[in-house]
Amino acid sequence: MSNFFFKVLRPGINTTYQDNGRFGLQHFGISAAGCMDRDFFFLANALVRNKIEEGVLEFAYQGPLLELIKGNAKIAITGNVTFNIINLKGETVNGECNRTYNLLVGEKIDILATKESVYGYLAVAGGFVVKNFFNSVSTLVKGKIGPNEGKKISIDDEIIFNKENIISKNLFVNIFPKTVNNIRVIKGPQYDYFSKLSQEEFFSVNYKITTLTDRMGMRLEGPAIENVISTNIRSEGIAKGAIQVPADGQPIILLNDHPTIGGYPKIAYIISADYDLLIRKKPGTTLSFKCIELSEAEKAYKEKQVKISQIINNIREIN
Amino acid sequence: MFKKLNNIGDSAVICDFGEEVNHTVNSNVIKLFYFIEKQSKSKSVVGITNCTPSYNKLLINFDLQKTNSKKILKFINSIDFNGLSLDREIKEWTLPICYDFEIDLNNMSKKLQLDKEEIISIHLKSIFYVYMIGFVPGHPFMGDLDPKLFLNRLKTPRIRVPAGSVGVVEKFCNIYPYESPGGWNIIGRTPTKLFNNKDSSRPCLLSPGDTVKFKKISKKEFNNY
Repeated sequence: MSNFFFKVLRPGINTTYQDNGRFGLQHFGISAAGCMDRDFFFLANALVRNKIEEGVLEFAYQGPLLELIKGNAKIAITGNVTFNIINLKGETVNGECNRTYNLLVGEKIDILATKESVYGYLAVAGGFVVKNFFNSVSTLVKGKIGPNEGKKISIDDEIIFNKENIISKNLFVNIFPKTVNNIRVIKGPQYDYFSKLSQEEFFSVNYKITTLTDRMGMRLEGPAIENVISTNIRSEGIAKGAIQVPADGQPIILLNDHPTIGGYPKIAYIISADYDLLIRKKPGTTLSFKCIELSEAEKAYKEKQVKISQIINNIREIN
Repeated sequence: MFKKLNNIGDSAVICDFGEEVNHTVNSNVIKLFYFIEKQSKSKSVVGITNCTPSYNKLLINFDLQKTNSKKILKFINSIDFNGLSLDREIKEWTLPICYDFEIDLNNMSKKLQLDKEEIISIHLKSIFYVYMIGFVPGHPFMGDLDPKLFLNRLKTPRIRVPAGSVGVVEKFCNIYPYESPGGWNIIGRTPTKLFNNKDSSRPCLLSPGDTVKFKKISKKEFNNY
């Protein structure tokens, strides 16, 4: 193979190939998966001038340490991430997010930690060489689906990418990712299953994000939500962002790798415009919910789309 | 045909066909599912990303960049439900099963006051209908079991149920496609792979609406399968 590649010296905690997600298979039990934080995913590709939905490497908390073994690469790391580039002289240079770097053969990228966010992204100009499964390169670890046999990246793996001309100038963009504690939701289909008091509490108290949080779901801790009808419903299809309440009254928000069918009542759904904001919140931090109407949620989504386009349009050359 | 149509968040709707769970209700869900899938493929409706049938409901997810709730509701309300037919050949599967793994058959025999052979023969006579597939990839929810074999879930779920295990609870029968935790009474094990993560064009053996019968095999046949 004439392809260029990185070698994985340290895989990181949860490093997987992801893209926009895999759609059209939920009736077979396969959830869409895909990048958790879509804004930073799109931005990573935009910076290296890839197609906006090209596959990237997603990492959480601690990212990978990669050595460029063959070829040169133009890369971008997005998110709120601490990383270093170790150059050919062995010097460690602090990396900056949301800009591109031209890496030379023998150089290393050491992605140490995601700071004020949970997920970060590494895009490479030209894209990674990974096998497509049903129109997507997203990894669904639970179902062993996607590139790399559906597994997380592990030590000594080769991260292969397409040859690309990296002579072009480096690019950057200034963004100030918002952190918010108030996440907007729409009432769920079983909202009436919960006591009046719990309904009021749900929109007034703070919930703590627990460490039992991953790509499948985010478990919250707060005053138990009292169910006055039934703690089980007939199993039905699940959509991402569902806030389900099992018998113990502690809510679980279902995320990208959610089970496709479930039997817990759902008190609310996260609106699409606020999903990325939710995803950036770390275990141990708190959040609260605000109830809005569908029309407002749709408006918020359109506004968010405009903002992403503006950010992408603001990508500039580094002088 | 459906009883309720609700928004699910801002990018999905759910068609509710009523509280009852039976073949007639479920086959209506499945007819609508295949109809929408076909309309989506032929671009008669845009923006639908996933469609998930369950016992008595159909969840329809859509891409907010391409459509919205109002348009999807309008599309569903325009469908002539009486004109829907199952535009698809229903497959009748016969899956091999080995009853010699002894995980729960002895317990089942005690609880049901039936000989093991009798339990096996009742199970082999049943023709199961695939109500839905989900929870994890390739996992079928099938029914209906003969009332003589109705059992509750195990009080303490097992931490590990081997892949291929065939379980029963109440009127339902399922097959675990992967090794996973589980609370169903395990009656036997099939060597057939329900899910092929290498075959992108046809990853899942069974489809909602198919039927399944079991054929008994020995442990030797199981091991050579």
